[in-house]
Amino acid sequence: MAAARPLGLFRNINAKIAAIPMVLTALVVFTGGTIWTVVYSFTNSKLLPREKFVGFQQYERLWGTERWNVAIENLLIYGACMVVFSLVIGFVLAALLDQKIRFENTFRTILLYPFALSFIVTGLVWQWLLNPDFGIQSVIRALGWESFDFDPLYNADIVIYGVLIAGLWQGTGLVMCLMLAGLRGIDQEIWKAARVDGIPMWKTYIFIVIPMIRPVFITTLVIIASGIVRLYDLIVAQTGGGPGIASDVPAKYVYDYMFQGQNLGQGFAASTMMLLAVLVVIIPWAYLEFGGKKRV
Amino acid sequence: MSDPGILNVAGVGADALDGPRGPKPRRRFSRRNIFIYGTLIVVALYYLLPLWVMVVTSLKGMPEIRLGNIFAPPVEITFQPWVKAWAEACTGLNCDGLSRGFWNSVRITVPSVILSILIASVNGYALANWRFKGADVFFTILIFGAFIPYQVMLYPIVIILREIGLYGSLTGLVLVHSVFGMPILTLLFRNYFTSLPEELFKAARVDGAGFWQIYFQIMLPMSLPIFVVAMILQVTGIWNDFLFGVVYTKPDLYPMTVQLNNIVNSVQGVKEYNVNMAATLLTGLVPLVIYFISGKLFVRGIAAGAVKG
Repeated sequence: MAAARPLGLFRNINAKIAAIPMVLTALVVFTGGTIWTVVYSFTNSKLLPREKFVGFQQYERLWGTERWNVAIENLLIYGACMVVFSLVIGFVLAALLDQKIRFENTFRTILLYPFALSFIVTGLVWQWLLNPDFGIQSVIRALGWESFDFDPLYNADIVIYGVLIAGLWQGTGLVMCLMLAGLRGIDQEIWKAARVDGIPMWKTYIFIVIPMIRPVFITTLVIIASGIVRLYDLIVAQTGGGPGIASDVPAKYVYDYMFQGQNLGQGFAASTMMLLAVLVVIIPWAYLEFGGKKRV
Repeated sequence: MSDPGILNVAGVGADALDGPRGPKPRRRFSRRNIFIYGTLIVVALYYLLPLWVMVVTSLKGMPEIRLGNIFAPPVEITFQPWVKAWAEACTGLNCDGLSRGFWNSVRITVPSVILSILIASVNGYALANWRFKGADVFFTILIFGAFIPYQVMLYPIVIILREIGLYGSLTGLVLVHSVFGMPILTLLFRNYFTSLPEELFKAARVDGAGFWQIYFQIMLPMSLPIFVVAMILQVTGIWNDFLFGVVYTKPDLYPMTVQLNNIVNSVQGVKEYNVNMAATLLTGLVPLVIYFISGKLFVRGIAAGAVKG
């Protein structure tokens, strides 16, 4: 930043005019909106926001609701599996594509195309594929394995894994692409040195390459994690939260209470909890990434 | 097809003379290659499977779907499901098909893409070349704002839109898309403009060019690729949006994704899976076409989100 520039509102006025949308977004929508929601989560607003403060009552009710606990549990299962599987699968695919193979572009195009599709489309396709009467289950039964059972969308115990299958199909391509970009940044000399020393390839990957592209892993992790918290469309399209409430997630809980249940206070409290969950991920990351240095 | 033989002969020759030298000769069907290509082909088939099932299901008649296997190609190809999905499928009382949602999505996506790119490019340019006191603070808030769950800001935005009389209108939704597209796009443009040689900007300044003149006559012509990347990013993102569409518009203005979900997941009537799949494909077609045409630029667009500024 040029320090010699004198102060004054009209200095550099055009740049300030150009930045007005950013300032309004940052202050009014992002900061103002967030604070507003957090403040009103302490009221007993029903159909309309009211300034009747009731302390932590909404939060007590929230954590006492079975539906919210199911939603949180689902998010934890989905989140943990999504992080682990998409990182592992994404990295392995990227490593395979990085072997100087032919048709690399074709493979990459195929692995990434689901990412261009919306969660609604993804959810509906997999709803059809997992349909027990026509989908994978019925095809395998028709092949002769009569007792084959695979109907995750109709089984409350495993429905979240049915959603996970669709989520992985949609999102792994992105992880692969990010990892591949990271692998391409590795100096070829490292590979030569490892080969000269007779280190097996898998060991080179685990002990040398992965630590080297640690920043890529962290960035990818943050991207996956912020996507997980937002998980909403996929659930709406694929299961509608069902059977019953078995595949509910926090984002759907918030939407239903805010715009359908006419219980704004609950919605605000639930969305504040979502915010808290994101902060738990973001703050350590920001600290690690930019800690001390003033740079974004 | 004769390559392996030749390579082997060359390898033996080198061995005999002065030990191994140069890259190890590879046979085309080494165990390693079979493993790599085998895995990739199986994975690629798995990834293509849903697309294949969508296409074949949408081309079958209902009797064939009830009897047959979802992976089998259609015995008798019919385009009736596509016609029905586009022009006749019902949501609630309206029975004019997905075409309504399609045109709504067009009317949402086009202005949102233009407005958001306009705002973000000028803003990114200001942040890169005309930094003012406090700019970094707002920019940092903006970037961190990108991580706040949308649910936290949903209701305050309802109030803001209601106050300015745009709640439930397409204009309101366009504003919302522009606001939420701002963090990533501003980052994209700021980084791009920062990477341009500074001498260019200084030379223009010395010649007396002002803020807008430099933007329109120097920066804009030089940054067409990044505008294309931003466009791809925004068109697919906004076309695929569901949450904002359902919260900030009314039923007859619903974008295509919302209408699609209402058609497929409606509880009344007999389920017509072929029509559902045709509707799903129709909705996915716009981003898919963009994806297959744009290729590497699409990858650059999504990677842009990952690269920190």
